[in-house]
Amino acid sequence: MNAPSLELIGFSKRFGGLAALDEVSVKIVPGAFHALLGENGAGKSTLVKCAMGYYAADAGEILLNGRQVVINHPKQAHELGLGMVYQHFTLVPNMTVLENFVLSRKHLPSVIDWTVERQRLKDFFDTTPFTVPLDLPVADLAAGQKQKAEILRQLYLKRTLLILDEPTSVLTPDEADEVLSTLKQMTRELVLTIVTITHKFREVNAFCDTVTVLRRGKLVGTRPVSELDNDTMAEMMVGRRETRATVEREQRAAGKTVLQIEGLSVANTVGQLAVDVLSLDIHAGEIVGVAGVSGNGQRELVETLAGQRHAEAGVMKVHGERYTATRPEMIRHRIACLPEEPLRNACVAEMSVAENMALRSFDQAPASPDGVRLRRAPMRDVARRLIEAYRVKTPGPDAPIKALSGGNVQRAVLARELSSEGDLLIVANPCFGLDFAAVAEIRARIVQARNRGAAVLLVSEDLDEILQLSDRIVVMFDGKLALQTQAAQADVGAIGRAMAGH
Amino acid sequence: MTAVVERIAVPTLALLASAVLFGLLLAIYARVDPLEAFALMYQGAFGTWFSWQNTLTRAAPLILTALCTALPARMGLIIIGNEGALVMGGVAAAAAGVAVIDAPAPVVQLAMAVAAMIVGGLWIALAGALRQWRGVNETISSLLLTYIAIALMNHFVEGPLRDPSSLNKPSTWPIGDQNMIGTITGTDVHWGLVLGIVACLIVYVWMRFTTWGFALQVIGGNPKTARMMGLDVGRYVLLACGAGGAMAGLAGMVEVAAIHGRANASLAVGYGYSGILVSFLARHHPLAIVPVSILLGGIGASGGLLQRRLDLPDAAVVVLQGILFVAILASETLYGRLWKPKEAA
Repeated sequence: MNAPSLELIGFSKRFGGLAALDEVSVKIVPGAFHALLGENGAGKSTLVKCAMGYYAADAGEILLNGRQVVINHPKQAHELGLGMVYQHFTLVPNMTVLENFVLSRKHLPSVIDWTVERQRLKDFFDTTPFTVPLDLPVADLAAGQKQKAEILRQLYLKRTLLILDEPTSVLTPDEADEVLSTLKQMTRELVLTIVTITHKFREVNAFCDTVTVLRRGKLVGTRPVSELDNDTMAEMMVGRRETRATVEREQRAAGKTVLQIEGLSVANTVGQLAVDVLSLDIHAGEIVGVAGVSGNGQRELVETLAGQRHAEAGVMKVHGERYTATRPEMIRHRIACLPEEPLRNACVAEMSVAENMALRSFDQAPASPDGVRLRRAPMRDVARRLIEAYRVKTPGPDAPIKALSGGNVQRAVLARELSSEGDLLIVANPCFGLDFAAVAEIRARIVQARNRGAAVLLVSEDLDEILQLSDRIVVMFDGKLALQTQAAQADVGAIGRAMAGH
Repeated sequence: MTAVVERIAVPTLALLASAVLFGLLLAIYARVDPLEAFALMYQGAFGTWFSWQNTLTRAAPLILTALCTALPARMGLIIIGNEGALVMGGVAAAAAGVAVIDAPAPVVQLAMAVAAMIVGGLWIALAGALRQWRGVNETISSLLLTYIAIALMNHFVEGPLRDPSSLNKPSTWPIGDQNMIGTITGTDVHWGLVLGIVACLIVYVWMRFTTWGFALQVIGGNPKTARMMGLDVGRYVLLACGAGGAMAGLAGMVEVAAIHGRANASLAVGYGYSGILVSFLARHHPLAIVPVSILLGGIGASGGLLQRRLDLPDAAVVVLQGILFVAILASETLYGRLWKPKEAA
């Protein structure tokens, strides 16, 4: 009954010469499930950050329940019941869920009675439609669970207006549906008002009632979802009919076996067996999609293949040769990896774009004629070529890679990993948090790699992505393969059941 | 561009702040005129050719020991066991020198240098290995290894390697005057200074123009990414720690072969600890280590004059060093804040 209304009037914000927001006004009614749509850089995040007091807007007024309020600091926003859930996680990784929740309360007693707090949180979790383990450090939660915890924390803090910044980019469609339908229910009961930034039309269509579209900092329009179809929304977003770069899937029989995984077991950070005697073959010219709810061992599997984690037991073979993820093996077999969150997992943030693009090749010609000397001029030349070919938006090859936007970091990593035309490509949630032009492009590149004969292991928490790209689909549940099927004959119901462990 | 300005401006600010603090201390506690004290310090450090030579002689071991911190710092490790590696290197150098004492001088010197570098390198590599395979914090272990090193030195100079004629100050047998490394022609400064400068140049080239230096930087920047690139993190940890330790070991050899002529407790007089300070002041940059070492060498050299003229205790310059170190560490947080960065969209 306390879902507020929110009206943002005439918001403008400039960053240097760039108008990130230009006279944008949005009205959000109580109990709305209001979507903010737009490409990366359209101003969605800037708008909500201004509303939350993270940025000082150059102009703009906020009406909350029709009354003008001033929000200069996130604390003020929180006191007014405004909460935000980010695409990037904000929980303290090495503290448990319980500690994180208690920590975030406004008034903390000097002595914390953990028994009481735990009971209180347990009782609270009884009222919520989904829960997360209370006593695990947040670092050990899978991405989906972290996002659930973030949302739960906002509810725990009794926020009545939630701003969600791409809340489902790490969730499986089922998880997303679960979370969103619960939130939807709460908006219907007028408990919550929700503003969500998203790229997924499916979710807009299924859950949102109003859409506001921004393009290059300007308001394109606010319309009820019922009046819109996907083509219209896409047109509002990108300003033209969506021209999705579809790559022809060549019909081709799978070639010889490239990757063999035999009886692989891998422990997770806390020593539990996350991958449990798993065997899988991948052939040349084939994309094998690994579906599954996050936290069923996919991350550990990918990290083992990428060389970031040691196997407890089992053998990996590439082209029939034993593979232990050393650099010479990676170079010989031309193994490429596209992990999720590439800035964190596949880049050195402080190093330049050129240096990051050279991570695979810095010890080979032309960057190094003999494996010892390092020549930066050819490194930069290669980078310039890759920046051009993969359309990476960067001030130049010498800019630090952390200055680039998420999509462009992923493009830079893609350029580095795919330019070697490798035989084996290991991909994990490659489109996490990217706008849809970038998503289409990255998926097209993956299919291209497959078309030219690379074996591709695609781990994704986005089932649509797996269905769209894979030749063969396996489902991982509890560290084991629960289902294997050719994509052409895939039964989505069966996949869904396997993901849920049935 | 601002990054370069910042790299100079921040340490300069820290230096100025330390000078002000030290000046206040002198004025309020020691009741001497700080300006006079600073003038004297300049005099004692850089005022005359004599003081310059004193300064440079003190700078020589600092340059080498600083590399012991600077090299591992490149990959994100904080090693502070410089003193231990220096002491072990000094003992090893003396032992090697005594063992081949009758060989031609260059052979003896080479043997001493090699022995010192190997032992010093292994000493710090041990801290690296503990870190890589047993998860022991390298800062703590390298510090504690210093105590072990000093105990070992005491054992050797009082036991197996003791020259019976060294009565009041137990020492190893002397390496012989003919085997000492001499002074740079026309000065009283020994060749260790040149050795240190050359070492800094080599390290700079190594870091900047070789694939190894690049790999170290990748590992220091993001170990997870480094593993994905198939880099053998453990090997590089050993390499960086070993190379750093070798430099501190070499400093020990220089102390033995240029100053003392033998190994004894005079090795452990704090050059290793000052080296940590130098490395941090120089932001672990091998080329910046040389001028910073000369600055710190100068501060050390000026202690005598302060004592004689202002009746300040010998420890006064040590206090200044301490203030400097704290100011430098505190100033680390200023990077990126001096100029308000443009907000990103």
